[in-house]
Amino acid sequence: MYFVVAGAGEVGFHLSQALLEAGHEVTVIEADRRRANFVQDKLGSIVMNAAADEGRAQMEAGCSRADALIAVTGDDAKNLVICQLAKLRCHTPRVIARVNNPKNEIVFKTLGIDETISSTRVLMNVIEQELPSGGFMPLMSLAGSANELIEAEIAIGTPPAGKTVGSLRLPTDALVGGIIRKGKLLHADDDTKLEVGDRVMVFSPTASESEVRKALMG
Amino acid sequence: MNVVIVGCGRVGGFLAGLLDSEGHRVSVVDIASTSPARAERAWFQHLPSSFKGETILGDGTDLEVLRQAGIERADALLALTEGDNRNLMAAQIGQKIFGVKQVIAKVNDPVRAQTYRELGINTFSRTTILGTLLHAMLQGDREVGEVLMRKALAHEADLVHEPVKAH
Repeated sequence: MYFVVAGAGEVGFHLSQALLEAGHEVTVIEADRRRANFVQDKLGSIVMNAAADEGRAQMEAGCSRADALIAVTGDDAKNLVICQLAKLRCHTPRVIARVNNPKNEIVFKTLGIDETISSTRVLMNVIEQELPSGGFMPLMSLAGSANELIEAEIAIGTPPAGKTVGSLRLPTDALVGGIIRKGKLLHADDDTKLEVGDRVMVFSPTASESEVRKALMG
Repeated sequence: MNVVIVGCGRVGGFLAGLLDSEGHRVSVVDIASTSPARAERAWFQHLPSSFKGETILGDGTDLEVLRQAGIERADALLALTEGDNRNLMAAQIGQKIFGVKQVIAKVNDPVRAQTYRELGINTFSRTTILGTLLHAMLQGDREVGEVLMRKALAHEADLVHEPVKAH
């Protein structure tokens, strides 16, 4: 396959090298001349010294015949524009953007870039799986009050599985704000039955967090 | 009209002052520079001293910063930073995520300006606009050159007569 890699920083360099070793054809576009020369010394003449966010450079790099373009610079706005330009002007069938600020994943998706990779998110997922608490996550503290928003995933064998929201033994000052079931947001009232895999959103005083944990996780 | 301006360089500051003096509600967002030379000075040094609008220090492609600037009730968003890509990102966030009706991005690369115009983002390129104006003046094109220059010079005169901002 033919890949265009935009940006030859640490990520772009190692990605290009790995793609080459896997037998693919690669062009890597790098704006900084010294960095481009360095990578050329290591990987051979697959480097183009140009700005990847310019239409002409993408054309010259062959984005219109590439199977995919991967934008891995350290600048999110640049990665977004590189991907959009490749899609719009070169009709590159697949574009993948590195997202440095994980908050931008949702922004990129809204703006038509479906495939994003956030190293922060990947690391967070690894860390979360290592944590014993698993599906219980205080998401954020609510500004100006001693309250927080908690997300808890209902697991098999825990007290809430198959029970109604009303029967949860939550502290009296905690509220169930909603449920995410199979990606859909559901309204939660006392009669709503909880299923395994549901992600329950609970507003609670920070001080009552351990009681909420007990009620939802057992 | 409620207007959010991202990027308070010379153009952003000029336009913010102009709109503010006409009675519009303007908020200006500019990023905190990491350069110590600039950090010493006021971020919003290009705003006239009479500016009554809001100034927000932050990244204009950050949803939270844009919310702080009042994007949710904005009638217009102008993205005028020095970076074409940042401007395009801010403009698209304004249009596609917050539904701002009038969105304009300064994009100096004419190719990018044209591509995003086709996508429905109102872009203008200093390269082509200034170039076209200078060309019109050289050609003695009264329609383009003179009218615009007369307006620009009038605004410039107002600016010069404004008292210098005390820091």
